[in-house]
Amino acid sequence: MKSEYLLLDKVEGPLIALSGVADVAYDEMVEINIGGKKRKGKVIQLYEDKAIVQVFENTTGISIHNASISFTGKPLMIPLSREILGRVFNGTGDPIDDAGDIFAEKTYDVNGRPINPVARLYPRNFIQTGISSIDCLTTLIRGQKLPIFSGSGMPHNELAAQIVRQARLSEDSNEEFAIVFAAMGVKHDDADFFIKNFERSGVLGKVVMYLNLADAPIVERIITPRCALTAAEYLAFELEMQVLVIMTDMTSYCEALREISSSREEVPSRKGYPGYLYSDLASLYERAGMMKGKNGSITQIPILTMPNDDITHPVPDLTGYITEGQIVLKRDLFQKDIYPPVDILSSLSRLMKDGIGEGYTREDHAELSNQIFSAYSHVQDVLALSQVIGEDELSEADKKYMEFGRQFEESFIKQGFDENRSIAETLDLGWKLLSILPKDELNRVSPEILDKYYKG
Amino acid sequence: MEIPTGVISYINGPVIKAKKMSEFKMREMVTVGSKKLIGEIISLEGESATIQVYEETSGIKIGEPVAATGHPLSIKLGPGIIGGIFDGIERPLNKINNISEGFISEGIGLISIDTEKLYDVNLSVSKGDLLCQGEIFGEVNETPLVINKLMVPPEIEGRVIEVVRNGKYNIETPLVKLETSSGEIVDLKASQEWPARIPRPIEKRLATDKPIVTGQRVIDTFFPLAKGGTAAIPGGFGTGKTMMQHQLAKWSDADIIVYIGCGERGNEMTEVLEDFPKLIDPKSNRPLMERTVLIANTSNMPVAAREASIYTGITIAEYYRDMGYHVAIMADSTSRWAEALREISGRLEKMPAEEGYPAYLPSRLAEFYERAGYVSTLGEREGSVSIIGAVSPAGGDFSEPVTENTKRFVGAFWGLDRKLAYSRHYPAINWLSSYSGYVGQLAEWYDENVAEDMMQLRANMLKLLFEENKLQEIVKLVGEDVLPDDQRLILEVSKLIKVGFLQQNAFHKEDSYVPLKKQYLMLKVIDTMYRRGSSAVKLGIPISIIRNEEIYSKVIKIKYNIPNNRLDMFYDILEEINQFYDRLEAQYA
Ligand SMILES: Nc1ncnc2c1ncn2[C@@H]1O[C@H](COP(=O)(O)OP(=O)(O)OP(=O)(O)O)[C@@H](O)[C@H]1O
Ligand SMILES: [Mg+2]
Repeated sequence: MKSEYLLLDKVEGPLIALSGVADVAYDEMVEINIGGKKRKGKVIQLYEDKAIVQVFENTTGISIHNASISFTGKPLMIPLSREILGRVFNGTGDPIDDAGDIFAEKTYDVNGRPINPVARLYPRNFIQTGISSIDCLTTLIRGQKLPIFSGSGMPHNELAAQIVRQARLSEDSNEEFAIVFAAMGVKHDDADFFIKNFERSGVLGKVVMYLNLADAPIVERIITPRCALTAAEYLAFELEMQVLVIMTDMTSYCEALREISSSREEVPSRKGYPGYLYSDLASLYERAGMMKGKNGSITQIPILTMPNDDITHPVPDLTGYITEGQIVLKRDLFQKDIYPPVDILSSLSRLMKDGIGEGYTREDHAELSNQIFSAYSHVQDVLALSQVIGEDELSEADKKYMEFGRQFEESFIKQGFDENRSIAETLDLGWKLLSILPKDELNRVSPEILDKYYKG
Repeated sequence: MEIPTGVISYINGPVIKAKKMSEFKMREMVTVGSKKLIGEIISLEGESATIQVYEETSGIKIGEPVAATGHPLSIKLGPGIIGGIFDGIERPLNKINNISEGFISEGIGLISIDTEKLYDVNLSVSKGDLLCQGEIFGEVNETPLVINKLMVPPEIEGRVIEVVRNGKYNIETPLVKLETSSGEIVDLKASQEWPARIPRPIEKRLATDKPIVTGQRVIDTFFPLAKGGTAAIPGGFGTGKTMMQHQLAKWSDADIIVYIGCGERGNEMTEVLEDFPKLIDPKSNRPLMERTVLIANTSNMPVAAREASIYTGITIAEYYRDMGYHVAIMADSTSRWAEALREISGRLEKMPAEEGYPAYLPSRLAEFYERAGYVSTLGEREGSVSIIGAVSPAGGDFSEPVTENTKRFVGAFWGLDRKLAYSRHYPAINWLSSYSGYVGQLAEWYDENVAEDMMQLRANMLKLLFEENKLQEIVKLVGEDVLPDDQRLILEVSKLIKVGFLQQNAFHKEDSYVPLKKQYLMLKVIDTMYRRGSSAVKLGIPISIIRNEEIYSKVIKIKYNIPNNRLDMFYDILEEINQFYDRLEAQYA
């Protein structure tokens, strides 16, 4: 252990400043000892002999002379081995489940390093989730980062849990799968909900959890997803497992970042969030993917709540700019008692184009989904019109659209929390519903496909 | 001579400060710390310098050295660039991957294009020749699609006093010795270096009166881009900027494509790397990768190198332009570059202007877009650099600083519309808010090379679309049925334009790229539909009859059903339309 420092210059918010330091490295881990209790932090700025340290736990109780600070000489590392499966850690990677320390096979720096684009493998394998709105219209691909954009009170946890339960992550029995769960600022209830669901699906032994719950220190949240993704990288690229990472709630994560930024008096950009929010989020989301020569994969399903259901808020906005699509939940549908309330029009999977169709799902998948998007988007116009002139005044074709819209929401989007539909069932259902519309309205589909699947 | 060395005194992410720096120069490239990270001096004040560091600074300590390299951030230009993929400061990602497998580590040092590989060099000068700057003295076949013309670098002239024999040489071997008028001896090699932030000199600018043909209907027909011109593609997330850039990189008739992935996704670069070597250019029958350069500084790579990537890309583009090529450069996304500027200036505690962006944002944008142009090069060749920049407005709102300022400096504006994207109308370019300032200059080219009435048809279609937009406002209130038939015809024909013409499926083998002649014939068909329909309406024929389902659906599907090499089929369809209306008119006469 290197030298200890006993006198601080300043304690402010999550930051402490001290001077007279030597041989300290940028970004290195710091231990703060207050009467035998240890807290962690890291160096975020160095100026001559002065250091600014960001404390992960809160700074409550720290005064300028009751703490002793020691620099560890390395960035935050976490111990990793197969033993992490089934274990529970706090937001900075310490075990909290009374099962003892992890025997380290490897220790990794939680910051990770950028995957070289030439070392990536472009993801193309379809994951069946059994949820029609996702499988047909926002197809999840192994190695994708596909967030759920939700709003407070909406069933994003249920949806994520259903995906975890139903998703067939590995294609054959030789492949191993694992789930990494990172909770940032979520309530105990929500965390329990997930744990119960993991239990119920019998996967608890395959889950690694990093929990920073609502009452845990806010700054710790900055580290939580990094620990989780570091574990995921180890499982996927070292042990070659198919890893699904659930990170919730990214909005709380971003708020923590904002808090630190404002206590550093940095120049804010939109809504007080720091200008580097995009780069910071990218340093997390870009840790999804597949790599050449490795059999494992990291699929990310981050969950975020949109403040005021506003998709242009910086958190969903910057997330959408980084991830490979998004599944958007809509309050309207939720209030109509439609579960899962997926707004298909604003949802998108960018990787689906290469992972569907013949050889992956079925030949008609792409055209069918295009047609559904186009028809359902017309339904919205008709709906608006019918509110003005009344449904009876609509043209014959538009009445059919209204009918299509209703049934589509009621029987395609809506499904049970335990209902697991195969991709063939989903696609057939799609055709059944499209067949409500006159054949000549379906101009996104080629004649051959239309003849084969249209049932009107 | 001793290398000047300073001492690190401040570290804050990608920005560091150092003391004892009086012997350093502004914009000089330096190595930082004991890991020898690469950095660039961005301000000097007395003894102290501020440095932006192109690699992760984690682990650097106060007191570590900063060493001079004696030159500014320079790009090595020579054979070996085309077909390659580089980071923001032109380090080959393949080489990086050999050094540090899978993940990019710091401290790799300054590496660049291969200096050992031997190329067949053909020299075209002899002893005694007088060579001016920009003159070509030899050739190398860089890829089967690109001949690298070896040029005398700018500001060098002299008489040839020695030439090596044709043969295999690497890019560092002196090939020609020149004696300048002042008696200095200069070696010419197959490579040269150029400071990335300074535009390469040209002889003069020429008019931008030839289009860059992209095969994308909404662009070529409605909002064309000139060779040497500039275009911006703004749009919220998921509206199709990258898809459009990829389509342009694949199909536009430039000789060389420089694709800059600036702060975007890793997988998008991987996709290009996997697809382009397999995609065959229809004109040359060679893989598209043989004319493409990728600069990949993805969102999770260091932000200072992201800032540099734009300059690296444009310098490479200018180098090939100087050989007499038409180069198109795609920058995805210029907003991430602007954010890199913001991030760095923020760490300098500079007073920000709008939304935290530095006050020099507009001038940096202007300088970048000004490097486009159709030019007569040094050595009097014709070449061009066209720039197509994606813009990612925060919240999808075009009134933010990067979009607004970009709009001031580009010639064409292809605005992507979230509503169109939601209904999967792709490409989601809004035909009402987009524009091209090149239409006037390009009209003559279209007259001569496509058809004399091409521009007229274009105007007709745009007019219909504008009218349709007005009519839609009424439809929203009262429904379509109450409109008079001549207006309903406008709605029907507009649907043909939107679905049959403007929507273009990037994943369909016939529709992904459409030659101008077919674009023209498609317009011709739609125009005929409107003209014949209008006369029929005037005769009192009801719209329900005029809007014959079979004919309309045939017209909509022309894009799929008439192959690009069977344009003769258009005569059948025109014939069919005319016959149909002839019959109708006869019935109602
Ligand atoms: N011309 C097109 N044809 C078919 N699909 C398209 C087209 N353009 C866009 N898309 C669809 O839209 C998706 C998103 O497009 P793209 O990735 O280009 O968006 P973007 O504007 O670059 O978003 P971001 O700003 O987040 O990078 C694509 O994955 C594809 O599914
Ligand atoms: Mg994009």
